[in-house]
Amino acid sequence: MTMPADGVFAALADPTRWRVLNLLAERGEGTATSLAGELPVSRVAVVKHLAVLDRAGLVEGRRVGREVRYTVRTGPLGETARWMAGVASQWDDRLAAIRRMAEQRPS
Amino acid sequence: MVPDRIERETVIQAPVERVWELITEPEHVGRWFGDAGATIDLRPAGEMVIRWADHGTTRGRVVTVEPHTRFSYRWAPFRNPGGEEPVPGNSTLVELTLAPEGDGTRLRVAESGFASLAASEEQRVENHAGNTWRSELDELREYAANVPA
Repeated sequence: MTMPADGVFAALADPTRWRVLNLLAERGEGTATSLAGELPVSRVAVVKHLAVLDRAGLVEGRRVGREVRYTVRTGPLGETARWMAGVASQWDDRLAAIRRMAEQRPS
Repeated sequence: MVPDRIERETVIQAPVERVWELITEPEHVGRWFGDAGATIDLRPAGEMVIRWADHGTTRGRVVTVEPHTRFSYRWAPFRNPGGEEPVPGNSTLVELTLAPEGDGTRLRVAESGFASLAASEEQRVENHAGNTWRSELDELREYAANVPA
């Protein structure tokens, strides 16, 4: 299993960033100003969160006039979800193996 | 959902004592977890080594031992597989909990701390250098501390 790119988990682990990402996904796109209007944090804080998400490859920004409009890049998110599903699936296999061993009666 | 935790469970038709043996005794763990043996020093801070014929060795460090109830350890299989000592930044926490259910046992596993794997080498070096940037892990800890139980 290849781990998701560096920084992806860290970028996702912060609850405010997680909300920024979800808002962008729901709205299709957003700017630091529009996002700050929907979150209990300052525009400056949103700018920093967007920069972290951008470095992790989770969003991309496009300059339109004086503002930057951000959209979600789904690739790294999907990769992370698949990786987590792989880790979970390994545990399913291990739990199944423990169950088989436990339920085997010694003859 | 912040993706930092995986939880799975199963119900086993065997008593908790039997399941406890299977999850803590090296001769069993070396079969269902690794496939080439294991050693476990079953006490807090005790060392675990799990071996695979094809994938080498992974190291773990025991955290909690509550017989027939809870066994937890940190392990470091995800970066540089090959026996890195598990420390914050390279490891996840695995918690196995057992509860009697009828004549059997409900076995739960939770693996958490994926976010702490996130720090790239560069970030780790910055953190070690006493950089004033707070690490992502600290932010996560703060978050966890503020979430009502």
